[in-house]
Amino acid sequence: MAEKLLTRNVGVPGSATLEVYEQRGGYQALRKAITLPPESVTDEVKKSSLRGRGGAGFPTGLKWTFMPKDSPKPRYLIVNADESEPGTFKDRLLMEEDPHLCLEGILISAHAIRAKTAFVYVRGEFVRALRTMQMAVDDARKKGYLGKNILGSGADIDVVMHRGAGAYICGEETALMESLEGKRGYPRLKPPFPAVAGLYGCPTTINNVETLANVPFILERGADWYLTIGREKNAGPKLYCLSGHLKRPGVYEAPLGTQLMTLVNEMGGGLWKDGRKLKAIVPGGASAPVLTAAECADVPMDFDSLAARKSMLGSAGVMVMDDTVCMVRALERILRFFAHESCGQCTPCRVGVSWIHRIVKRIEDGGGQSGDCETMLDVCDNMIGKTICVFADAAALPAMAFVNKFRSEFEDHIKQGRCTLPEA
Amino acid sequence: MSEPRAGTGGLKVLPSDPSKIPGFAAGSVALRGPAGPEGIAPDEGKALTAGSRLEIDRLVALYPDRRSALLPALWVAQKEQGFVGSRAMEEIAAKLDVSPAFVAGVVSFYTMYQTKPIGRHLIQVCTTLSCYLRGADAVVSHLRKKLGVEVGGTTADGKFTLVTVECLGSCGTAPMLQLNDDFHENLDPIAKVDALLDSLK
Ligand SMILES: Cc1cc2nc3c(=O)[nH]c(=O)nc-3n(C[C@H](O)[C@H](O)[C@H](O)COP(=O)(O)O)c2cc1C
Ligand code: SF4
Ligand code: FES
Repeated sequence: MAEKLLTRNVGVPGSATLEVYEQRGGYQALRKAITLPPESVTDEVKKSSLRGRGGAGFPTGLKWTFMPKDSPKPRYLIVNADESEPGTFKDRLLMEEDPHLCLEGILISAHAIRAKTAFVYVRGEFVRALRTMQMAVDDARKKGYLGKNILGSGADIDVVMHRGAGAYICGEETALMESLEGKRGYPRLKPPFPAVAGLYGCPTTINNVETLANVPFILERGADWYLTIGREKNAGPKLYCLSGHLKRPGVYEAPLGTQLMTLVNEMGGGLWKDGRKLKAIVPGGASAPVLTAAECADVPMDFDSLAARKSMLGSAGVMVMDDTVCMVRALERILRFFAHESCGQCTPCRVGVSWIHRIVKRIEDGGGQSGDCETMLDVCDNMIGKTICVFADAAALPAMAFVNKFRSEFEDHIKQGRCTLPEA
Repeated sequence: MSEPRAGTGGLKVLPSDPSKIPGFAAGSVALRGPAGPEGIAPDEGKALTAGSRLEIDRLVALYPDRRSALLPALWVAQKEQGFVGSRAMEEIAAKLDVSPAFVAGVVSFYTMYQTKPIGRHLIQVCTTLSCYLRGADAVVSHLRKKLGVEVGGTTADGKFTLVTVECLGSCGTAPMLQLNDDFHENLDPIAKVDALLDSLK
């Protein structure tokens, strides 16, 4: 079994305290990084090929180099701790169990991009994570790890915890910035990109919590070591969120590229009830197109392998469904979420998502009409790539996958006017 | 980015002692009405206490732009009164130098702000896919029966408000619900829900 990194302190008594974190070797990476020039820190992260864990998998070090070198404006780091993708619950674990690891990653990264302030945007429901992180910030400040003149290095970095208030779209980076500026979470048109004009119009980098939690390890042990974990272009450890019909759902750490069925059978303990068969798996959170049981063999869980299978690693929210699950109803639950969460700025998204949701709901309730599947696919087609942010795609792509891959189940539902599966 | 800005000129000047506010009776928050952001016309609520105003000033100082303190300030108001009333919105608007309508627009965008008083305990059951797969619907129907309210309703004694919500980031321990600030997970068997309710005043 691979060495645990991101979760090495999870379950250790007092893991959230500064004392225990320091005893276990914490803040050594910060001590090292804070004396290095920001460019060398960025270079090391670039060399490690670390890719963002918030969904898109964009190379982190490269993203940092987009920050303009000579802007007179303040520069900001935003930590995306909004974690609202259904099926995803890894950042909460990191913040609740190992806030100082998150914080150490934040401080090193802020140093790398020469930001003097980092804002951590935590989704409003995560009260415990917010309190734990705030405690960590306060304790770290007392010890000189953050604030003015960190560890005597001359660097000043402050960290501000910010609580959201329940809106999935605020996980989208520009919506998050709008929200942090005290407005509705409406995504902005890009360009300009955040690195050029982000928070308050200033150069801004936005990274996911898990992404930043990787950074201390890279600084401490080096990019070459980091590259030995995982697969080519998909290096490093990954937190997988297993949920649904498994014996042992939960957050599991394994290298990027670990086989999906290894996660399901070995870590998740296999299907929860004997005699049931696997029907489908959503591999990367609600936005990821579903895989049929047949498609699940030989799926390395990394960005490129899943993209090659026309799905995505996304936030690695693995949702497992056994053969008692009605796919019409499962899609209804997913689309209800998206219909509820569209910010409403773009017509194809605002109208499209609730339209396809209403069709699925009607089919589910027994009022399906012939042609419903075509209408849904048609509406989806008119949502993709036609909006300000990719939320519309995130709703349409999984919907198309459900309808295309389980078409006969939808058609049976429509013909018979009811669910064709026995009640589980 | 140019949102309408209003100075304090257009705002009602509120008496600093809330008991001087017409219609205000100390400690009387009517515990009825739907949860959620539907409250387009919010309850008036009370003026903020001096403590809350100080807290908001402290929050403003954390940001380069005072308007960034809007969401945190609304949390302060909601913590104090259980919801964000129009009086609180007006006060916050004045402090952050935006219009009350702008604040109301922001409040309505986020699902966690209540614009009307709700029950003493807010029960939010997640019914998104992972929770659904592990029996979230049974938790909802059990609560409806046990409390005698529909989803969105508040019990007659004002003790509980029941709502369903989208994924709370706790899918690995489904089914789950959020009771006020706390997550309660692995609610199977359902008797755990009863035990939880019985433990509350
Ligand atoms: C609708 C939508 C919701 C998103 N939600 C989150 C989220 O909750 N957390 C997150 O880290 N990234 C989320 N993202 C991705 C962010 O926009 C952004 O890519 C990410 O935070 C960048 O960090 P990374 O490079 O470290 O992955 C979301 C994107 C979209 C389009
Ligand atoms: S695609 Fe949807 S969520 Fe994104 S900006 Fe447009 S309406 Fe809002
Ligand atoms: S689906 Fe219920 S917490 Fe995520």
